[in-house]
Amino acid sequence: MAKQQHAESWSNGKSVFRHGDVPFRIGTVVLASCVVALVFAMGAIMFLSSSEARTAFGWDVLFGQVWNPVATELSEPEFGAWPAVRGTLLSSLVAIVIAAPLALGIGIFLAELCPPKLSTPLSFLVELLAAIPSVIYGVWGVFVFVPFFNQVFSTPVSETLGTYIPWLAGPVATGRGVMVTGIIMAIMILPTIASLTRDVLRLVPNTQREAMLSIGATRWETIWLAVVPYSRAGIIGAVMLGLGRALGETMAATLLIGNSQRISESLFAPATTAASLVANELTNSVSSLHESALITVAFALFGITLVLNLGARLMIWYVDRGMAGGRS
Amino acid sequence: MSIPKNYRWRKFVDQVMRGSTVVATGCAVIPLIAIIGYVLTLGGSALSTQFFTDVYQPPNMAQAAADGSTPAFDPNDPFAGIGVPDDGTAPADGTALESDVYAGGPVGGVLHGIIGTLIITGMGLLFALPIGIFAGIYLSEYRNERYATIVRFCCDVLSGSPSIVAGVVIYILVVIQSQQFSAIAGSLALMILMVPIVTRTTEEMLKLVPESMREAARGLGAPTWYSTFTVIIPAALPGIVTGVMLAFARGAGETAPLILTVLGSNVISTNLFAPMASLPLVAYRYTESPYPGENTLAWGAAFVLMMLVLVMNILVRVATRRRAGASR
Amino acid sequence: MSSMTISQLAPFYGSRQAVKAVDMQVATQEITAIIGPSGCGKSTVLRCLNRMHETILGASATGTVLLDDEDIYAPGIDATLIRRRVGMVFQQPVAFRTRNIYENVAAGLRLQGMSRKAELDQSVEEALRSAVLWDEVKDVLSKPGTALSGGQQQRLAIARALAIKPDVLLLDEPCSALDPIATANIEELLVQLKTTLTIVIVTHSMQQAARISDQTAVFMVDTTSGNPIGELVEKSSTTNVFTNPSDPRTESYISGRVG
Repeated sequence: MAKQQHAESWSNGKSVFRHGDVPFRIGTVVLASCVVALVFAMGAIMFLSSSEARTAFGWDVLFGQVWNPVATELSEPEFGAWPAVRGTLLSSLVAIVIAAPLALGIGIFLAELCPPKLSTPLSFLVELLAAIPSVIYGVWGVFVFVPFFNQVFSTPVSETLGTYIPWLAGPVATGRGVMVTGIIMAIMILPTIASLTRDVLRLVPNTQREAMLSIGATRWETIWLAVVPYSRAGIIGAVMLGLGRALGETMAATLLIGNSQRISESLFAPATTAASLVANELTNSVSSLHESALITVAFALFGITLVLNLGARLMIWYVDRGMAGGRS
Repeated sequence: MSIPKNYRWRKFVDQVMRGSTVVATGCAVIPLIAIIGYVLTLGGSALSTQFFTDVYQPPNMAQAAADGSTPAFDPNDPFAGIGVPDDGTAPADGTALESDVYAGGPVGGVLHGIIGTLIITGMGLLFALPIGIFAGIYLSEYRNERYATIVRFCCDVLSGSPSIVAGVVIYILVVIQSQQFSAIAGSLALMILMVPIVTRTTEEMLKLVPESMREAARGLGAPTWYSTFTVIIPAALPGIVTGVMLAFARGAGETAPLILTVLGSNVISTNLFAPMASLPLVAYRYTESPYPGENTLAWGAAFVLMMLVLVMNILVRVATRRRAGASR
Repeated sequence: MSSMTISQLAPFYGSRQAVKAVDMQVATQEITAIIGPSGCGKSTVLRCLNRMHETILGASATGTVLLDDEDIYAPGIDATLIRRRVGMVFQQPVAFRTRNIYENVAAGLRLQGMSRKAELDQSVEEALRSAVLWDEVKDVLSKPGTALSGGQQQRLAIARALAIKPDVLLLDEPCSALDPIATANIEELLVQLKTTLTIVIVTHSMQQAARISDQTAVFMVDTTSGNPIGELVEKSSTTNVFTNPSDPRTESYISGRVG
């Protein structure tokens, strides 16, 4: 009320000036709604465009074993993206297994242990990893990391341990495969998880640290038994966001995983991922069914990252709220 | 003083775990330095005037143009000259020069890619700016509304969903409908990816404007729209520009959506309704190439992209000194 | 149970000295109260007694604090061992959010390596009984610690501190966030505890100091040099401080003219 009176006294009845707030509000709301509309439109477009494959194959589009777009005399075209889905899950698993503990360590170091003067530049460096375009990871991976990793890890491991453990078996061949893809993706998602972890650790009230220290805990015990448990939900949220990025990563995977539809037990063998399947085949699709099957795969990627995002935001929100409530 | 029985062990764990967080941080910084180092040295060596002023040349053409004659017999590579006609001109089909081509140096430049990236990303940014900035204003100025939470979440979904998904959606909407890969389709896909960055940065930057400024403007009787445009946005402008720069850098590096929308090209094109070249596509396609000369171009493209990202990020760092909200 | 001898203790924040060098005795089987206006450094001095002060960024202290006859500031002394012997309870009641009531009390015991269920059960019960909380929580030990009321959480914090059997218990305004009934409970508890424990309590309430303490130290802020700095102006028996203060500043503070 008071606001309106002020506006009147100032505007001297210039109605455009006084009533500008209504169009302003409508304008911002409408453009903000574009963001919401974009999300729904993306989902709807992919849902509709994928209906042909979904009605033809149902869940088999994602979990069927054979992906064979081209009809031959012997076989009908068949679309089961399991090799790609499996490659996505495996490479993301490798990525998250490597990245989650490292990122937790980085987050802990940045939030709890590192001298404050060092924290800002180090955070900047870590976040720079997230700014590097994924195609550069791909180029670097193909020309530098793969040959190096082959020599120092894949070949020796597959020749020794690999003779006993099937999923480390050779031959390593070109060196492109699930393992290298997972490792490069781990580097790519490190900053996502690490900087979020750092942020949620900083939300932990100091009273929790002091209470732990005051019963004779070491610095590490304070971090591990008081600070980390307190922000546990947020850390899980951060890992979920990292997982979401790994699942949807396209370029590094396309360049590094070898794009093979064959399912092989070994992590050193080439495979393919859902995202690279779409990137490689959508523009060359041979039939509308093929196209529709690829869109189904993309839709599944969209759906799963949406769910992960929702979960992660809820987790982080939970920590945020806990901070406000924990003070009383 | 009495030493508790497990004291030594606890001290040991404390030291080891604190040390391991340092190691974890190293695990993020070392690949960063390795990637930047390789891209700057290998990519840097690909640079020449020709690199920036020339467009793509097929490797055999470049070879023949550089030599101007039949290569001399090389004892280490006895098959070098085989297949070259006696008159020294390049064969019309180009395949016969293979052996030379594999050993060839840089082939042409990436001017077409640079121009394409500037056009595609610039246009994408133009599309993204109105939505992003106004949505950001909405999120900041009406921040406590329930709808703002929905908009914010949709923003997170957009920035968390795989970039290939944006490509798929635009492929369905634009490429299939128009039966044509085009620069404009690429810009639209990049818009989807840039909107959340611009929105969240604008929101964060507007929120940094002290509440007292809003109150002062209100106290003078200015309506919300007027104070927003004349007081709050100008105060936050440097930060918003920062977000726009980050969005540009992010968009310029995106590859996956462009594969599905602009396809790529080997010549300079400014036709928005036709396929166009772009730097990340250059890097991607030439990494896959068996020709070392083209691989060099890939490194060069990676170098230019990396410089763009580094310069933007460092500029932003220096300009704001505050944590830009883009990464959150 | 241990006595403490503080000599020439000077806490710093960065290069700024917070309190003029303090000399003070803390005797066993007594409650020593530290009172004074806000900003006089009373909490800072208290936090120096178990080396919690130095956990604040840039904070440090010089001087000696003898725990019995061992200097806790001697080089090579590990602060975690000191804190194990000198427990502390803070202004805000703190319960570890992810632990239940039982585990909140057992936290310190587990650090010490106690893991046998029977042993833990016994120590936890003992600590909760000493903190006069047992009867209220014995049936809900698996509820989260944060489910308790403020006063109960503060007694939970005391139980957690008592569980590891410290020699000294430091309390930093433990009742300032509590209602009068919870405050009375805690005061009663402290008087019970002093027979087996050395207690130092910082309080902003002179009445509280008068009610429960045997010795009282009065800190004031000295602003004469421009930089406010805390100083110990008087330390003697509580009766003396309140009935016959030797320092005029104490007298005006007690009678309410300052602070």
